Amino acid sequence: MTSGFWQFSYLAAAVLIILSIKWLNTPVTARRGVLAGEIGMLFAVIGTLLRHEVVTFEWVLGGFLLGAAIGAPLAYLMPMTSVPQLTALSHAFGAFAAALVGTAEYYRHVPTGFTMAALVIETLLGFLTFTASIMAFAKLQELVPTRPMTYRGQNFVNIVLLLIAVVLGIWLVAAPAPPWVFPSFVALSLLFGVLLIIPIGGGDMPTVIALLNSYAGMAAAAMGFALNNKLLIIAGALNAASGFILSVIMCKAMNRSFTNVLFGAFGQVREAGAQRSEAKPVRSATPEDAAQILSSARRIIVVPGYGMAVAQAQHKLRELTDMLTKRGVDVQFAMHPVAGRMPGHMNVLLAEADIPYDRLHEMEDINAEFSEADVALVIGANDVVNPAARHDTASPIYGMPILDVDRAHTVMVIKRSMSPGFAGIDNELYYMDKTLMLFGDAKGFLSEIVKELPAAAHA
Amino acid sequence: MSTEIELSIYVFLLAGFLGLELVRRVSPLLHTPLMSLTNAISAISVVGAILIAGAGDAPFLSRILGFIAVTASTINIVAGFLITDRMLKMFRKKDAK
Repeated sequence: MTSGFWQFSYLAAAVLIILSIKWLNTPVTARRGVLAGEIGMLFAVIGTLLRHEVVTFEWVLGGFLLGAAIGAPLAYLMPMTSVPQLTALSHAFGAFAAALVGTAEYYRHVPTGFTMAALVIETLLGFLTFTASIMAFAKLQELVPTRPMTYRGQNFVNIVLLLIAVVLGIWLVAAPAPPWVFPSFVALSLLFGVLLIIPIGGGDMPTVIALLNSYAGMAAAAMGFALNNKLLIIAGALNAASGFILSVIMCKAMNRSFTNVLFGAFGQVREAGAQRSEAKPVRSATPEDAAQILSSARRIIVVPGYGMAVAQAQHKLRELTDMLTKRGVDVQFAMHPVAGRMPGHMNVLLAEADIPYDRLHEMEDINAEFSEADVALVIGANDVVNPAARHDTASPIYGMPILDVDRAHTVMVIKRSMSPGFAGIDNELYYMDKTLMLFGDAKGFLSEIVKELPAAAHA
Repeated sequence: MSTEIELSIYVFLLAGFLGLELVRRVSPLLHTPLMSLTNAISAISVVGAILIAGAGDAPFLSRILGFIAVTASTINIVAGFLITDRMLKMFRKKDAK
């Protein structure tokens, strides 16, 4: 009887998990999607607990309690700017679990053939995703330098390590291997994960996090093959597909290929591009000037970037938006797909600041409207508004789709200083006649503008 | 190839294609919540972890590995779902005032 119930429970879980992703497609049904996912997971867990193989519960329940005690504060205490870090960390835990299950299965009854092949893939992806996610977390949290770290022969070393790991994996599948093979395989997987992230810079994090998401899904699906469990296969495949699509979208938004992101050592290419920069005059403006221009505008398009997130300026931005809207100024927001440190990161921050989402527009939808805008206000964004991407074939970012802020009547850029950003690439937008540079901390400068705005109205 | 394996491969491919179709429809507005939701879903590996930690014949080593795996995947599940919901709560359409 119970055997029938756990199968039914798994089926329900699979359906709910599919519905959960389906409902996430619009903000209207999205929270229902989360609920469906949670109930689906509950069905999966209850179904598993009812299986006759599971006879001792104290370790399982202990794990639940400990995991919940760690996971809940993580989710509630992390500020919204840190969502990419939290996601990376959460990936790390999930992948670690998959890898440990693979390891335990291996030592329990040394499987053979197809099961062993699945187990090898599960363990490789699990451990690799574990260390790669930890590294991504450390980079996002700035525990290690965010700039790409490269050395001579890096790609060669990485590929050789991966090849050795694959050979060991094949050995494990093909023949009974000596006892040292499995631990070496695990060690190589762990090491490869670290080396994979070292050359990747902060700006490429959206792609990498999406890719790690995909790997975590693949690991879960491989576990499904190893344990002959359809629920794991379905959930893992869905997750792998999702991570894959997101990383493709991110790559397209940067006009780069997968291999280029992973092995391109982007930082070096870009440094070469930056050397051409020379001292050119820029026009800078005070908060009073900015307030004056903003208050006399009819249409303003704001372009938020990672700099806004770092300065935590989203709430001040909302204040400014409210004041301008009250005076009948039309304020819209242009979102570049790779703004921030994970796909859609900026949308979440603006939503956090209570800016209604029908004002947030995708690049394709809003690009035509810049020519109608009186002011384009760029806050902490850089490469995604660099016109060089359109015409300068020598530029490292040539071909990347950008937001056409240079077509607006006036451009205002809030930026800390003229120093080129993470990418080390000069932005010709800053030297245009219509561009006003607003030097300062994004949050501080926005509060200055907010203060000056009432006066500007009467001027 | 046994029918069981064949069936698993069919399931994997179909679920993968379904995933591609479903995710393609998700608005870019929600890409971050999508990622944290699928992140939580990938913690379905908790199923494997429970089977290891709760097995009757498990030696001590695999009991411990299973326990750590249950803990880690529970962290993944709890953190993933809670942060997704926390984010989605913030999305609203019109100025409420």
